[in-house]
Amino acid sequence: MSQNKIQSDPSNNNSRVTWEGCSVLLDINDGDRLVFGRLTAASTLKIGNKNCSLQPLVGCPFGSLFQVDNGKEGPVLCRALPSKEDEAPEKGENQISEELRDNRAIVDDNKAQTLTGEDIDEMRRQGAKGDEIVEALIANSATFDKKTAFSQEKYRIKKQKKYAPRVLLRRPFARSICEAYFKKYPNRIGFLRVDALSLLLSMANITANSDVLVADMVGGLLTGAVAERLGGTGYACSTYLGDTPNSIDIVRIFNFSSEICKRIVRAPSSDLSLAQNGTSVETNPHEDVCNMEIQSNDQISSSVGMEDTSLSSENVVSDSVPETTLSSENVVLDIVPETTLSPAIKFCKAPKAGEKPSQEALKLWKENGFSSLIMAAPEIDPWNLVKDLLPLLSYSAPFAIYHQYLQPLVTCMHNLQIGKMAIGLQISEPWLREYQVLPSRTHPCMQMSGFGGYILSGTRISSS
Amino acid sequence: MLPTDPTKKISFTRCITDGDLVIVYERHDVMKAIKVCDDSILQNRFGVFKHSDWIGKPFGSKVFSNKGKFVYLLAPTPELWTLVLSHRTQILYIADISFVIMYLEIVPGCLVLESGTGSGSLTTSLARAVAPTGHVYTFDFHEQRAASARQDFEQTGVSSLVTVGVRDIQGDGFPDEFSGMADSVFLDLPQPWLTIPSAGKMLKQDGVLCSFSPCIEQVQRTCESLRSNFTDIRTFEILLRTYEVRQGKMDGSRDNGGGSLPCKRKQHSIEGSNEQDNQSSAAVMARPCGEAKGHTGYLTFARLKCLS
Repeated sequence: MSQNKIQSDPSNNNSRVTWEGCSVLLDINDGDRLVFGRLTAASTLKIGNKNCSLQPLVGCPFGSLFQVDNGKEGPVLCRALPSKEDEAPEKGENQISEELRDNRAIVDDNKAQTLTGEDIDEMRRQGAKGDEIVEALIANSATFDKKTAFSQEKYRIKKQKKYAPRVLLRRPFARSICEAYFKKYPNRIGFLRVDALSLLLSMANITANSDVLVADMVGGLLTGAVAERLGGTGYACSTYLGDTPNSIDIVRIFNFSSEICKRIVRAPSSDLSLAQNGTSVETNPHEDVCNMEIQSNDQISSSVGMEDTSLSSENVVSDSVPETTLSSENVVLDIVPETTLSPAIKFCKAPKAGEKPSQEALKLWKENGFSSLIMAAPEIDPWNLVKDLLPLLSYSAPFAIYHQYLQPLVTCMHNLQIGKMAIGLQISEPWLREYQVLPSRTHPCMQMSGFGGYILSGTRISSS
Repeated sequence: MLPTDPTKKISFTRCITDGDLVIVYERHDVMKAIKVCDDSILQNRFGVFKHSDWIGKPFGSKVFSNKGKFVYLLAPTPELWTLVLSHRTQILYIADISFVIMYLEIVPGCLVLESGTGSGSLTTSLARAVAPTGHVYTFDFHEQRAASARQDFEQTGVSSLVTVGVRDIQGDGFPDEFSGMADSVFLDLPQPWLTIPSAGKMLKQDGVLCSFSPCIEQVQRTCESLRSNFTDIRTFEILLRTYEVRQGKMDGSRDNGGGSLPCKRKQHSIEGSNEQDNQSSAAVMARPCGEAKGHTGYLTFARLKCLS
């Protein structure tokens, strides 16, 4: 009925297996650390005080789990296939009533563990695996058997994280990228929570073959999310006020094919308005100041270091292997000039995104209008942008505007009503709650995000 | 509905033609889907509208009745369709729908399985997300409901992206021909746990499943059955709070204007207000709407474990 060719094509952004040069999200110890990086021969990941090569991750399916093992030349990442015992043994509904232990006999005097740091180091020298150390710690804990089943499990997980850290290989998708940023650096994406982002994309009717006008001041997350839904068709035209384009560096974290990158363009709003008024706009494809690195040609010689957005909660020393360590320092995705890179690192670099639009595209938008407007510019007054951008939309085109504050959207909505520019105006605020679901222990999670932003949505109407 | 056909795509020059599906907008909560037919009329509380008056106008136009009252004619989108479609079952609304599409990681080209089809509210958004090269295979055990859904997809123009099958997925599982082919699976079934093994067989490795259930007991059993073959099992509830925006006066004195605090902008006569006292200038204010949905359902997501 349908074909499975998707799997084998590495340039397809829906590939389910990693390849050399592919961008990945590494989830270390169940979300404790989240690291974006590129898989190259030279890239390493620092776990604890060890550098592990990422080479073993190349060619593995996304979703694979890795463990740090002691190799001949230091620690290596090894594929850990989930076994039956990985599944927390759930014994059914009556588990709680059978629990007879409690914490009355547990005293926090730091004497429960008889294994010393030296003992553990010695075990390591003898090549003990992380899991074996965890078992030894449990065996040498005087209080482990007295703990309740839940607290035994907690203990095991805590020790496993320390002595047998796990690395989960994830696809960098709008979902995972937004969640990772929201968890670690929400201010960099204007506190745009993943449910608010998903609402924006729906309300702005983003779909293949649409020409989407984007105002992105959330680092490129919005532009990337739009491009992901366009799949190499239509256009995501990222617009800005003034002369300096907004950064869209997060776009590079997505594994976009060159077809998709070509559909991401940037133009100042003045150019688009000029095009609207019938004036021709000079396009100079060579003056992209803020563009990403220059693509030489089809050859793979062009290379860039890691654009490593390490969203690391702990501080990792970054000076060990500057261009390959996934350090927490350069989270803003510094653009590394090609010349500073070691020629040893060679891999296919994500093609450039964010060129100026072609003259034909500008003409098309002038004649037809954009099919929707999507905005996340949490630093500026939305009305300031909307009053200029809304006239660029086709009649009946939907729009969705994100803001982290309510009042600017209220003013914007009011002005749109007064100006009779749009109908179906609505301000909404998503509320998202996660649940812990366990036998007889189901309840909402103890911690939740209390705020994910506001969205103003509506439809442009014909003024005639 | 979708811009797959460039001649149908909305634009400054795209005008309403005979046979188009339009959304007639009276108010944000009163809308209706209508197929434009040259010799037909629309009759509502505003009077009589002749379709022939609509033809040749751009989408987004204001059109008038014989009584001089007006409505707007909008191009259909999956969001508008969700608000106007005929309810044959309980349907999913925009907050759940958009979260499902995002969490299932559906992008153009994906193959998605859905059961049951119901009224096709989610299906329409799934189709938008997989377009232009992907496909949605949706199943319902109710023959008439499946037929009505097919008609709807024909009318909204997404039928080339959606195949509706009549099948008891809970009893028989998904058809074997999709084994290992699905990028994502969506379940809205009374006993989803019965379908988890079949859904696991259909998914590609690392593929995502979503199960929508209104009751927590259903979630409980679904999660138990997910634990053997799935990982990253997470359950969410998502709701939308909407705000009403009004312009009104906030006076210091109590007896000024009879305590009519924020009044709707439409009712507020600007020329009648005494503009001399500046401290009571009309402010634009917002508050959450009084009525809101308290619950729709729980969304449980899980990833197929990677074993190879």
